[in-house]
Amino acid sequence: MKNEKIEEVKNLLEIDKNNISNMNELNDLKVKYLGKKGLITELNSLIKDIPNEEKKNFGQSVNEIRTIFNDFYEEKKNLFEEELLNKKLEKETIDITLPGDKIKRGSKHPVNRMIEKIEDLFVSMGYDVMTGPELETDEFCFERLNLPKGHPARDMQDSFYITDEYLLRTQTSAVQARTLLANKDEPKPIREIVPGKTYRKEDDATHSHQFCQCEGLVIDKKENHVSLADLKGTLEIFVKEVIGDNLDLRFRPSYFPFTEPSYEVDVSCFKCGGKGCPLCKDTGWIEILGAGIVHPNVLRMNGYDPEKWGGFAFGPGLERLTMFRYGIPDMRYLYTNDIRFLEEFDRKDDCDAIK
Amino acid sequence: MLLSRKFVSDYIDIPEDVDIKNLALKLTDVGNEFDSAEKLINATNLVIGEIVECEKHPDSDHLKVCKVNIGSNILQIVCGAPNARVGIKVIVALDGAKLPGGTIKKGVIRGVESNGMMCSIEELGLDHKFLKDEDINGIKELASDAPVGEDPIKYLELDDEVIDFDLTANRGDLLSILGMAYEIGAIYDKKVKDIDLSHKENNEDINDIFNVDIKTDNCSLFLAKKALNVEIKESPTFIKNRLIASGIRPINNVVDISNYVMLETGQPLHFYDADRLGDTIVVRMAKENELLTTLDNEKRVLSENDIVIADKTKPIGLAGVMGGLSTEVENDTKNIIIESAIFNNVLIRKTSNKILRSEASNRFEKGIDPNRTYMAIERAAALLEKYANATIMGNTVVYDKTDKKEKEIDITVNNINEVLGSNLKLEEIIDIFRRLGFKTNVYKDIIKVVVPTRRLDISIKEDLIEEVGRIYGVNNIKGKLPIVPMKKGSYDVTTREIRNKMISLGLNEVLSYILINDKDVHKYTNDKFEEVKLLDPLTEDRNTLRYSMIPSLMKIFEYNKKRNIKDISIFEIGKGFYKKDTYSENNKLCALMYGNYYFGINNKKSVDFYIIKGIVEELLDYLGYSNRYSFTKEDIPKELHPGQSASIDVANDIVGVIGKIHPSITKEDVYVFEINLDKLLEKKVSKMKYKEISKFPGVTKDLAFIIDKNIYAEELIKTIKKAGGKLLKDINIFDIYTGEKVEINKKSIAFSLYFEDSKKTLNDEEVMQVFNNIIEKVEKTYNAQLRDK
Repeated sequence: MKNEKIEEVKNLLEIDKNNISNMNELNDLKVKYLGKKGLITELNSLIKDIPNEEKKNFGQSVNEIRTIFNDFYEEKKNLFEEELLNKKLEKETIDITLPGDKIKRGSKHPVNRMIEKIEDLFVSMGYDVMTGPELETDEFCFERLNLPKGHPARDMQDSFYITDEYLLRTQTSAVQARTLLANKDEPKPIREIVPGKTYRKEDDATHSHQFCQCEGLVIDKKENHVSLADLKGTLEIFVKEVIGDNLDLRFRPSYFPFTEPSYEVDVSCFKCGGKGCPLCKDTGWIEILGAGIVHPNVLRMNGYDPEKWGGFAFGPGLERLTMFRYGIPDMRYLYTNDIRFLEEFDRKDDCDAIK
Repeated sequence: MLLSRKFVSDYIDIPEDVDIKNLALKLTDVGNEFDSAEKLINATNLVIGEIVECEKHPDSDHLKVCKVNIGSNILQIVCGAPNARVGIKVIVALDGAKLPGGTIKKGVIRGVESNGMMCSIEELGLDHKFLKDEDINGIKELASDAPVGEDPIKYLELDDEVIDFDLTANRGDLLSILGMAYEIGAIYDKKVKDIDLSHKENNEDINDIFNVDIKTDNCSLFLAKKALNVEIKESPTFIKNRLIASGIRPINNVVDISNYVMLETGQPLHFYDADRLGDTIVVRMAKENELLTTLDNEKRVLSENDIVIADKTKPIGLAGVMGGLSTEVENDTKNIIIESAIFNNVLIRKTSNKILRSEASNRFEKGIDPNRTYMAIERAAALLEKYANATIMGNTVVYDKTDKKEKEIDITVNNINEVLGSNLKLEEIIDIFRRLGFKTNVYKDIIKVVVPTRRLDISIKEDLIEEVGRIYGVNNIKGKLPIVPMKKGSYDVTTREIRNKMISLGLNEVLSYILINDKDVHKYTNDKFEEVKLLDPLTEDRNTLRYSMIPSLMKIFEYNKKRNIKDISIFEIGKGFYKKDTYSENNKLCALMYGNYYFGINNKKSVDFYIIKGIVEELLDYLGYSNRYSFTKEDIPKELHPGQSASIDVANDIVGVIGKIHPSITKEDVYVFEINLDKLLEKKVSKMKYKEISKFPGVTKDLAFIIDKNIYAEELIKTIKKAGGKLLKDINIFDIYTGEKVEINKKSIAFSLYFEDSKKTLNDEEVMQVFNNIIEKVEKTYNAQLRDK
């Protein structure tokens, strides 16, 4: 009779199992079977009326049903929870192709990008980065660079004078004389670059009255033989690093009062690759800088004995290099500061791998 | 400098297979840059023809239908020129001919076939300054002996080629055909031919009838000769064409000869009408405000720095720059005084800059070889005899204080190789000097180089090294890196750090002009200084150096605003300039913000004072000035909104200004700040050092006060900080309210306070003690009322 009771509960459970479709029903079922007055709980209470020798069997049978129920409960519960989670996930699903809520960042002016690049290159070769006044004296801008008043070469640099003596510097070379002079009591080797603003009295499609230059100066003891070949090697690295690997370099003898010999340096036209086009005036070359061996007069005038010291100097214009590097067609874009133009320069610069 | 190939070929043999572009490139390689290298006449498919028939066009009043014999053929050509007629020889552009104005094609003109064009000189592309009326108005009529079927350009001797050089300032010697001949000779290893100076002179001696009185040191050499009974007429074709190729307009044989000799030798000459000149030439400095009417009929006011040629009483010419009208050679001139002289180049330069840059002044200011001065006057005499039938009076008037000795410079093979980084041998070096026309003598290891007087640019060893490098070819030298003791390179990256910080805060870096209008220079600042103005500005709008950078950034704002750009956040690190006792400049950081500021693309906020202030605070914190700055209302420039602007105080020193642009300047909501970086960065900051973080949890408590509207938050914070003592680690304002829920003239201000003890976990009692102390202090100090307790 007792066993019949067990069978009855067992059968009822098998039927009830098929009618469970959600968590609530499952929990109701738990109450129905395992609650205080649950069917299985009640079976347990019958044990006291069972004869001792059958108690063991009876207990095992009740436990069996309990296990059946518990297994069923766990299985169903997991199923319902997974269903619930899936529903939640589905509900939370978003359009991952919508744009991210990114923070707007600013941009670095392309000319200053160029300056930083040049600084990093030359600092890596042991050069110091120096600065000097933009409101300069005629003495440092010209006279101490072997360009006395009335010299025809002054025509090359039409100047903005403030007084007879003061002017806006026309070239960063002005700092050359300042560095040399600062060391005149105890001359020492110099390796420096001077990036900065310069000014000339001209304004047209290819010239801006304000522009940037980067003077470079290397002075060392005569016995170290800093020569034109060293200047060439240095500039070859410079050009490849800041503009590009695939350019040819041409040295052209020229004239600057502060260097002797003097050279102008051309690179193959980035636009036509050297075949000739309107940009390079059909020559295939574009001039990017002036350079040369420091004139003995410049050394002497600024406290370095040209018999003991020597070296080279160079001075690229930075706007043109910037235009080459980024393919900017018109120098004026660099100074109109159109936000749309500036915002194009808002990413990391190309990085050169170690070669 | 225009170089005519025909002209220079008188003195040097250029290999025939060298075309003009190649020649120009070779000269570029040795340091002489060019702008263009092309034929004097850029026209193809031209032939000499003879008009054999000329009828009226059936359907036109002014057109004619001509039959033109071109030797191989007879062409029908429709022509509109009034001078087209039977029997004249003409220039015919055939079908397919390329002229400067376009390509000629066969066609039908008003129903009549036309197989080419008959040309005027103008249509061949000569510059207008060289043309006479007849060259423009009608087709060119060639001489009757012109060979039909031949090339008319060759027949007219215009088959020349021209290089336009952009010469360097030191190579005055190349402003002459002879100088160019030496340069080309060095390249192709050819010898320069002698110039023909031969002429007869009569028995008279010019010194008997003519005096030269040099009253200034600024004339070192003065020569005069006299040519008698000159016959003034048109120059021979070759002279005219060479002048044209060299860019000088032919006038008459005499004037042309003076120009021709200048082109050949580089020595400018002046011819005076001897009969209007008198018997004396005086060279002296002009008197202040002395007057002279120059050849171009302009009245010039002279100064003490101008050298003048004068007769006994008045100036008759501006030495080295331009002759005077009173002694000009005219068509009835009979006798000529030839002047060949050297004047102080610096003064010539000054005068010509003031009055006129001429072919002559250009040569004088770059220096003249005195031997050429002698050569030129003899050459002029020779040409005047030959082409103007002149009789040359015997002898020359000479005033000469010049040194005509050739310079001798010692140099060694080592000297050269050390500077060039080359590996040249003695023989190679000697050969280069030989090609340049420099004599050499070798003693042991020293090369003694004799520099010809024409090379005024060469005076030291280094100049010779350059010459060797030029001719050897710098591109033959292999580049390498200097071998010098290693050292660390150093630079100050502060500017870069500031730049990167500003960029990370969302601002775009700009590069602006420092030159502004003087009207704006004292704006956006109350500083007292003298502005720095240019003596001679390009435009009035850029006549002064800026002091504040705000005007520069306002210009950029306006530019972008006009282009409908709605969000403008820009900054620049640059300089401001001023005079206080001496001229000075300082480094500044300036920023301008307008429109939206983006915390995220979908999380933007209109720029207001607090956003731009936040930028400044973030920057100052980044630079290490945390807790050392404040914003005060002192001394706000009048161009800024008085209620929304402040001075930036760092370590008790005003370093800048921040605020909204005053509505009287712009209706837009534009915010700016400017910081004097020199002033800011001189304030030292402590080293960045790790501070132990607390291992014990802290407590956050919020509270709000209702206080008078005009009490500044900064004061409240100071009070709270003081009352909070060591346990109070952080204060944030998270709400400010004015409105219905508080009285008028009051505001509610809510703080979030964070308490922490690095040594233990705080208990409630400890926190409440401090918290209550804060409340008490604030209530007492500001008559504040705690809100929503």
